[in-house]
Amino acid sequence: MKNLDIKQVELTETVGNIYADSAKMSIRNADVYYGSKQAIHNVSLDLAKNQVTALIGPSGCGKSTFLRCLNRMNDTIDICNITGEFTLDNQDIYAKNLDPVLLRARVGMVFQKPNPFPKSIYDNVAYGARIHGLTNNKAELDEVVETSLQKAGLFNEVKDRLKDPGTGLSGGQQQRLCIARTIAVSPEIILMDEPASALDPIATAIIEELIDELKEKYTIAIVTHSMQQAARVSQHTAYFHLGKLVEMGKTEDIFTHPKHKLTENYITGRFG
Amino acid sequence: MITDKIINNSSGFTTKLYLDKHISRRFNEELEQVRTLVMNMGALVEQQVNDGLSALLNADLDLAQKVIDRDNDVNNMELEIDEYCTKILARRQPAASDLRLIVSVIKSITDLERMGDEAVKFGKNAIKLAKGNLSENSCSENSFAETEGARPLIELKHLGNHVSKTLNRALTAYAQMDVQQALIIIKDDKIIDEEFDNNSRLLVTRMMENPREIKNALRVTWCARALERIGDHTTNLCEYIVYLVEGKDVRHGNMNRIKVTPPPLEISV
Repeated sequence: MKNLDIKQVELTETVGNIYADSAKMSIRNADVYYGSKQAIHNVSLDLAKNQVTALIGPSGCGKSTFLRCLNRMNDTIDICNITGEFTLDNQDIYAKNLDPVLLRARVGMVFQKPNPFPKSIYDNVAYGARIHGLTNNKAELDEVVETSLQKAGLFNEVKDRLKDPGTGLSGGQQQRLCIARTIAVSPEIILMDEPASALDPIATAIIEELIDELKEKYTIAIVTHSMQQAARVSQHTAYFHLGKLVEMGKTEDIFTHPKHKLTENYITGRFG
Repeated sequence: MITDKIINNSSGFTTKLYLDKHISRRFNEELEQVRTLVMNMGALVEQQVNDGLSALLNADLDLAQKVIDRDNDVNNMELEIDEYCTKILARRQPAASDLRLIVSVIKSITDLERMGDEAVKFGKNAIKLAKGNLSENSCSENSFAETEGARPLIELKHLGNHVSKTLNRALTAYAQMDVQQALIIIKDDKIIDEEFDNNSRLLVTRMMENPREIKNALRVTWCARALERIGDHTTNLCEYIVYLVEGKDVRHGNMNRIKVTPPPLEISV
């Protein structure tokens, strides 16, 4: 057959569909450099509102770097240089007059390893609300802590020991505590960098169930190494390879008939 | 025989779907094994269809019995492949082309098994026709298989040859993952349907002319019907080839979903 011949072409643009009907966040032509090394090459994509977008790809492909650009976490790295357009509700998040701290309240982040503060469960969740002055009195703060813990599916497990240290919880509980801490400042977007990779299958299932519920209120971007997890929780999947966005599309399409050979190789465990 | 072709073409299949390119070598072997099992089953079913037809047309009772007995092997192969696929699904959680391979295999073997059942009908009817002729020969000179009565069987032979060749082409296309060939076979199914209609008309005429032969004519009709069904199952096989290679579902006349697309881009980054 003629079309057996595989063409060798340069990857110039992303395969699939990078656009969302209702984009909460849009990134256009993003380049990221660490010193002289370019980590992200001309990446453009939309994060669809109230949906989960999974970023997948092999280690070092730039997906975490990209995620960290979305709430200016890379600002703390001196040698990191970012160009391109990053807009949240059509507002430039790299605008000079924009306070990154306020941005990070709107775009929260959950990390791979649960990192509760060495404080009580209550204080962990209340922390953000306190520094941003979101509440006027103790009763309001109590309310925020309780609803956040409830949304994170943790309240029933910890309601009798809110004064106990957060670090005393199990790994899965700590991760949900971190999610509660993120939710407490009423973000619009939640970024998750491998939120379940340090957890057992049951804790993972609980987090995934939680992600599914959270998307009703928040827009979520999740970096994951688990193909099955991306397939289970996300509506859109973006495949990164060596700093480039190779393919993006609906999750069901990516996992049944990806358009790009590199995507296919990665999700089926082939060496490319 | 199709088996020889399969062996010759197996490398093409493997290269096209990159079945040997998994990081896990064990997974390569498992998918390769599934493929081999299906092609073996296909070869056996093809033999069953051909032997069944031969038994029917040559009134070969021994061969007819052999076909009936061998159906058990076909059934067992279906069970074995089903179980193997379930294991792969449970252990490997295949995705993309690997997933499509397993899904298409699970569906293909159902069609192959049904084709096997149709072949058994040839065997059973071959025996009934032969026995019917024996008893009728003693009281009637105008037996079904003789002289002018042989005409429907000749028509059946023609239809049978066509179906058998189509099945062979389909299995070859399956082995080679040849989408173009599969699409041609899907379109060609119309010819089989037309031939079946012609055959039915001929038999109806014959039954009207000679009501004493209705019993035998019906048996031939059932065999023609079985051939037509084998044609349909062959079409299904071809549809699974398209699904496997292109990821597109062309069943139930959804041929517009397929414009043969180039394979995934290979890039050097």
